[in-house]
Amino acid sequence: MDYGFTEQQQEIVNLARAIAQKKIRPVREHYDQTEEFPWPIVEELRKVGLFGVYLPEEVDGLGGGNLELVLAAEELSKACGGIALCVATSSLCALPILLYGSPELRKKYLPDLATGKKLGAFNITEPGAGSDATATKATAVLQGDHYVVNGIKNFCSTGKDADTYVIFATTNPNRGARGISAFVVEKGTPGFTFGKKEEKMGIRANGTYELVFQNCKIPKENLIYKEGYGLFIAQLTFDYSRPGVAAQAIGIAQGALDETMSYIRQRKQFGQSISSFQAIQHMMADCATQIEAGRALLYATVRAMDASNGPAIRKAMEENKVVADCMNELDTKRWTKESGMVKVFCSDTAMRVATDCVQMCGGIGYMRDFPVEKYMRDAKITQIYEGTNQIQRNEIAMMMIKEAASKSKKDLVAA
Amino acid sequence: MMILCVAEIRHGKLVSSIFELLTAAKAMGQPVAAAVVGGAAASAAADTLKGRGFEKVYVASHASLDGQSDEAYAHALKAIVAQAKPETVLLPASAQWRAVAPRLAVLLGTGLASDVIEATAGADKKVQVVRAAFGGNVLSKIAVKGSPAIVTVRPMSYTRTDASGSGAVENVAIAPAGWKVKTRVTGFAPEAATEVDLAAAEKVVSGGRGLGNPQGFELIRKLAQTLGAAVGASRATVDAGWIPYRHQVGLTGRTVRPRLYVACGISGQIQHLAGMSASDVIVAINTDKDCPMMKLANFAVHGDLNEIIPAIVAEVHKLRGEAPAMAGAKKAYCRASFSRNSAASAAAMPARASAVRMWRASCSARSRATPPTGRSTRSTSSST
Amino acid sequence: MHIVVCVKQTPAATQVPVDAATGKLKTEGLPYGLNPWDEYAIEEAIRIKEKLAGSTVTVLSLGPARAEEAIRAAIALGCDEGAHLVDPSFDGTDNMGSSYLLSLGIRKLNAAKPVGLVLCGKQSNDNESGSVAPALGAWLDWPSVAYVRKFASIDEKLAKIERAAEDGTDSLEVDLPAVVSVIKEINEPRLPSLKGKMNSKKAPVAKWGAAELQAEAAKVSAGGRLEIVGQTPPPPRGGGIVVPGATAQEKAAFVANKLKELKFI
Repeated sequence: MDYGFTEQQQEIVNLARAIAQKKIRPVREHYDQTEEFPWPIVEELRKVGLFGVYLPEEVDGLGGGNLELVLAAEELSKACGGIALCVATSSLCALPILLYGSPELRKKYLPDLATGKKLGAFNITEPGAGSDATATKATAVLQGDHYVVNGIKNFCSTGKDADTYVIFATTNPNRGARGISAFVVEKGTPGFTFGKKEEKMGIRANGTYELVFQNCKIPKENLIYKEGYGLFIAQLTFDYSRPGVAAQAIGIAQGALDETMSYIRQRKQFGQSISSFQAIQHMMADCATQIEAGRALLYATVRAMDASNGPAIRKAMEENKVVADCMNELDTKRWTKESGMVKVFCSDTAMRVATDCVQMCGGIGYMRDFPVEKYMRDAKITQIYEGTNQIQRNEIAMMMIKEAASKSKKDLVAA
Repeated sequence: MMILCVAEIRHGKLVSSIFELLTAAKAMGQPVAAAVVGGAAASAAADTLKGRGFEKVYVASHASLDGQSDEAYAHALKAIVAQAKPETVLLPASAQWRAVAPRLAVLLGTGLASDVIEATAGADKKVQVVRAAFGGNVLSKIAVKGSPAIVTVRPMSYTRTDASGSGAVENVAIAPAGWKVKTRVTGFAPEAATEVDLAAAEKVVSGGRGLGNPQGFELIRKLAQTLGAAVGASRATVDAGWIPYRHQVGLTGRTVRPRLYVACGISGQIQHLAGMSASDVIVAINTDKDCPMMKLANFAVHGDLNEIIPAIVAEVHKLRGEAPAMAGAKKAYCRASFSRNSAASAAAMPARASAVRMWRASCSARSRATPPTGRSTRSTSSST
Repeated sequence: MHIVVCVKQTPAATQVPVDAATGKLKTEGLPYGLNPWDEYAIEEAIRIKEKLAGSTVTVLSLGPARAEEAIRAAIALGCDEGAHLVDPSFDGTDNMGSSYLLSLGIRKLNAAKPVGLVLCGKQSNDNESGSVAPALGAWLDWPSVAYVRKFASIDEKLAKIERAAEDGTDSLEVDLPAVVSVIKEINEPRLPSLKGKMNSKKAPVAKWGAAELQAEAAKVSAGGRLEIVGQTPPPPRGGGIVVPGATAQEKAAFVANKLKELKFI
């Protein structure tokens, strides 16, 4: 379907597709098996400039928005959701710095993330704080010109392969949710080490690690925005980044279906191609329809988000301000509900489609030497990370109730 | 009216391509002369040629012509052309002379057809050639105008003429100092002798995903060695790291046009077919009898390559045992330097008609019954 | 160093239908792209540019209006600017005519900024003639080396080069300026960067016709030296046979006998 992309957006699609098909597809099995980090692919992506498509030109990005980001993520995920994640975590690291970082912090960290010279990671989860981020136990105590961080964070994607990390720790345990703050930490900072590497079901090209902080001193300037704003920062970041997970999900679903189509057309049973059986045809039609519905919702949402966020980001760049402050000044809409909807719909679609694809391929679909089962394993994470789909539904419902309440209030005033 | 055939000398030895040019020239029904350009080896080569069917052998010899510089060779040939006044100049389309010919054509202000597979005398005595384009998917018939017409002939397009005679050698005076040559050959590293060069090979045995694992190439190598063939590979096996890239055949690898192509466990994706479908005779071995390669093949062997390849190797050895005289004749063109002593083996080179004629012969209408499809299992070679 | 890369826009297809009535290729509607062999020349030019400080790379192409796409594709990969030789009188010129026109283009570029190296792909994927690079050298009276697999070293005056021959590798030294055609083994072409793609749309591309080049009409006239008499697809193949036999041995014996019959063994 023609979604009316600009020339630049189409170039991003073409280039990401070329890398996905020429470079990633032949090696994805290798990285899935070995769980090595795909450095040669990262190098390719770096060279062509796919890391910073969504970042402003002021910080060495290409000047695109969220649509550019999701287009790249979708194309890369068509070949391998795990390798695509190695790019995606850099955006998850860059976004809090872009949205809430001071102009100085932006200047210090975003250019290297935009060019891919450095990889980024983002870590809010702790063993005791998953869906409930307010239970964060890691602490950051201000001592002179630096914070001293202690604690264990876990399930960090791109774990020890990143260079720049955004992490969350409480600066005031008495204030609960309002005591949590966000920091930028560089790899190699004394007191910052890596713990266990997880063994995962899917997205195995991207290592997931524990981050360990023992009296780790972080310069005071690496606090993002203000103390106590951690969860606001996380929320705004997720509003922006969840469509990226949706894009990964749509890519995985499409990739699985593409592989399935080429197999079922040549697979013969009962003397004919199995794609000629109606039972299979209905499954493939449902898969394609669901993918296209998800994609349409995804593109429509990120386009609306870009139109809405764009002016605040531009203003912040031009006037040397914090983007979140400009959003407040311009009364920019918050996208928690819509980005949650996109993530829920697309990731549920991915899981369903990938499962159906395994089914359509039959026995071979279940085997490791055929690519479809990997899509199914990779799809699962999209329903879980950056907020489980259950938490997403909570947020969507919460926003609906709020909107309904404010509407009835307005109606009351109008009456 | 005369045709001048240019002899190639590599590292002091006359390359046998000159006798393919002799065949082509004789078929055009005009007097044939040879041109030899070189250093110390030139006069010996000229002596060989004058006794081998050339009426006249023009020699431009100078110590500076030992090195292989395109500029120097073009100038020397120009001097020979000025003296011999041929109507047509045939050169081997080797790496060296395919590059010399355009320089010669510019120096003479004439027309050039390169890498032709057939050259004939047209009605007006002008030379007409057939050459392939678009990866062998289009054959163009071209009249070469200008005098003399410069034509480079693809190796192995003609059989080698093994004639005798008593021609005359004529020296051509040259003055290399005036050419101001700016290229100097400083060294040479021969290709490892164990491997037949894929691009120039006249036989290729290729392996695909159907080999199952990297060790499968041991089988391929064994068959290749038995047949005197080069080893090729599908992209999937190269991508999987089973064999180095230089073996890859296809759109993103090398294009080959051997006389014999044996495809083992290669299903025949279009990208692969583009690199080898111009082969004269194709043998396919595959467990999937419906895959594109099996449909393309002249001889489609349905079965497990792990059984069939060793069996073919054994059968070939058996046949060789009955006809040991044939054993010597399996050198690829590029290594077959020629001397009196090796005349016997060169004469035993399989007769090769032009690529086109050969092709027609090998494809002559043989009907093929399509066996009913029974229970089909997924071929291990379905994804090359 | 000023490096010139000659590129050609060619059909991005290997299957080109032939019109049986006219004997001409049906090129209408074919997708066109950079000649794949030229990608290696472009990559090598960019690598040399990255090595020799102050270098620039100019892309030169002869062809109809659409050939500008190939020039911009090369610029997207990292070349600096382009020159497009385009004129109705250039249509249908042969290998000698093409190389003559390109040599005139290089003379113009050389006059503006002396050229040290001209790089070409070893051949085009349509005509597969491989004659343009050596002919260019002759027209310019510069040395030429074809089928190069490696630049061992290069400076402003001298290139040390490895050339692939049938029996091995020749090492050569060549004084610059020179024309060099390269083969696939020389490098692995990069993909264009996004910024390069966007910049390529704005990069300057000069357009030179017969007047600007002061081309002699006789040297470029179509059919002057080569006249295409007819074109045909190769005779169809297929109709092969399924090798008979119940066992691997029987099938192998059949194949071995066929190989002997056809004098392969």
